[in-house]
Amino acid sequence: MDLSTFFQHFINALQWGSFYALIALGYSMVYGVLMLFNFAHGDIFMAGAYIGFFISLGLVGLSTSGLLALPNWLIFILTLVLAMIGTACLGMIVERVAYRPLRDAPRASAAITGLMIGILMETSNLMVLGASRRNFPTLIEKTVYNIGGVSFTNTKIMIVILAVLIMLGLHLFVHRTKLGMAMRAMCYDYFVVPLMGVPTNFIASFTFATGSALAAVAGILFCIAYPVLEPYMGALVGWKAFVAAILGGRGSIPGAVLGGFLLGFIEIFVAAIFPSTLRDLIAYSITLLILTFKPHGFFGEPYSAQLGISARR
Amino acid sequence: MKALLHKIRSQFAGIPLLSWLLGALVAVVIEYLVGDTLALMLGLAGIPAIFGLSTMLAKPLLIPSTMLYVLLIYLLPAYVVGRMTRPLAESLLPKLPPWLSLLIHLLLLYAALHLWSNLDDYRLLVVKFICIAIILTTSLNLVNGYMGEFSCAHGGFMAVGAYVSSILTVWWFVYDDVFGPPVLPPVLGPFMFPLVLIIGGLASALAALLVAIPSFRTRGDYLGVITLAFTFIVKSLFENLEVVGGPRGFMNQPKWAGLPWTFAWMLACLFVIYNYVNFTLGKGTCAVRDDETAAEVMTVNTRRIKVVAFLTSAFWAGIAGGLFAHIMGYINPGTFGVIKSVESLAMLYLGGLSSITGSIFGAVLYQLLSEVLRPLGMVKWIIIPLLLLGVMLFRPRGLIGFREISFEFLRPKKEGKEVEYAPASD
Repeated sequence: MDLSTFFQHFINALQWGSFYALIALGYSMVYGVLMLFNFAHGDIFMAGAYIGFFISLGLVGLSTSGLLALPNWLIFILTLVLAMIGTACLGMIVERVAYRPLRDAPRASAAITGLMIGILMETSNLMVLGASRRNFPTLIEKTVYNIGGVSFTNTKIMIVILAVLIMLGLHLFVHRTKLGMAMRAMCYDYFVVPLMGVPTNFIASFTFATGSALAAVAGILFCIAYPVLEPYMGALVGWKAFVAAILGGRGSIPGAVLGGFLLGFIEIFVAAIFPSTLRDLIAYSITLLILTFKPHGFFGEPYSAQLGISARR
Repeated sequence: MKALLHKIRSQFAGIPLLSWLLGALVAVVIEYLVGDTLALMLGLAGIPAIFGLSTMLAKPLLIPSTMLYVLLIYLLPAYVVGRMTRPLAESLLPKLPPWLSLLIHLLLLYAALHLWSNLDDYRLLVVKFICIAIILTTSLNLVNGYMGEFSCAHGGFMAVGAYVSSILTVWWFVYDDVFGPPVLPPVLGPFMFPLVLIIGGLASALAALLVAIPSFRTRGDYLGVITLAFTFIVKSLFENLEVVGGPRGFMNQPKWAGLPWTFAWMLACLFVIYNYVNFTLGKGTCAVRDDETAAEVMTVNTRRIKVVAFLTSAFWAGIAGGLFAHIMGYINPGTFGVIKSVESLAMLYLGGLSSITGSIFGAVLYQLLSEVLRPLGMVKWIIIPLLLLGVMLFRPRGLIGFREISFEFLRPKKEGKEVEYAPASD
């Protein structure tokens, strides 16, 4: 592989890594606060993409009909913001219905409710909207740049930069604000935190909302790179992002980012070197190996260190 | 109203299981003899497949006649025979040794099932799938329930068992384009079939080492992801093996897994897992679930416990896979993906963890539901998740979690002596 092909794959890997990292962040944040994984998160990603699709369709329709002439970049930003709000509401509903009643139940029961909510969302989407694939409207004209044999589009650069900015913002939010402090505190000790006057239910809801908003961003960015929507798009990407979140260490925000980018790089470079049908096989084998030798991911704490778990079981 | 309810209840109460089974057998014989005629008289297209439930959903106009059919063919004879044979069963049961009593119950159950499924190919398929689901759920219960891990690898284990046993049967007993002429005389096939299944199960157990060895150092969610990765790896591996058809699938398996075999394997699985969890190994497994460090301190060899549990579980999943392949006569990697694992998990958590009767109940209920709701099409995948959601919200431990339905009535009661009060084990 010469240098230009390497950089070509490098840019692709960065793009996929940002998708995975954004979704994995949602898994990790919820885990950090509630100590359980939101298995419906992959489908929340799908829902975010669909919500973004309908909002952008509406806005494009408005501006072409001449009622409200909006430039494309404004439509993109509006879509992003509105879809984040809509998906955050969806995430809060999911938390309210499937997770809050089960806070003290065995953890596996909550996993089952999450999986079932996911199936429910896929099926209802399939029933309401039909099985046909939909094309996301082109909001940003693609221009191809070519530097030294490496060609890349403006959307790719934008996706990576936007994803990194959002991750930095999240990091600042979690470490510099009072809400973020409450989230970290809940992660640290679930029992004492309510005694300190932290509204745990609100924090849990808020965490779901933030995670879902990140999934919406991932969904819209995904649709800009690959403008095809289908009801099952969340299932595959969701599972992979879940693996990425665990690879980084569960509940850890830098871990989720690292795991996401790592998985992106592994997948792209495996597909570049080997036949692409072997992509899943080799990528998951590497995952299995990493977890065999680093049983708690990169930033995760070993089980014995987390007193909260045995106390809450 | 209350008195009426009590009267109705007292009519049914006290009828022993043996009489119910006899009644079911008689009902099935009656259906065998006059089912077609009655169905025609009532204006049904044929005998209703699964107690007419799917017929009622598909064609609401036929509800009265279907209900009448079910009443006349199943409920009435079962009830009448149950009532009539009650004195017989009550006088017979205490005299029998427990193993004979169990054998009689099982034989009656099998006879009723065999006759019932003989009437309709669809019924036969459903009964076989229920048997496989029971094997899957019970073996998954060993790891997820008794050992307290969260394993999503059952799809992968099933795939390994299915592919290995299919390759063996096709290679040894069938003329195939890839594997050439049969190596052994095909007459031997049905006799060698259990051996082939066991080899498939052993291969699956060997593959389970991939999951069992990481489990020494980690557990919970990390192990969950390891098992998930395992399922993806296995699926992807078989998709890339052109010898077994790749993503197109692998066919030509002889359909040897008849109802007797499937039922017998299910019983064997239940027997093994029941004895496993109720004796030393099972106690150790539960100790690992409750507190691994404490178990280690109390001289439980946790590594051995984990390996044996994973391998046993995988072995039975492999057997289930082999049976599945030889029922369908066709498998493809897509069948055994994460969906299969999620389905097994759903059956397990519906029935309840750490309970063999719970697993059986969950598997039967889930399979029947998914067959009955088939005429509804897509709506099925709305109803089933909603139902599971409701069960999880109102009974977070599953329908029969962490306890067993008692089979004490199989044991002879001492004359003139009340049964001792035994607190329900929780």
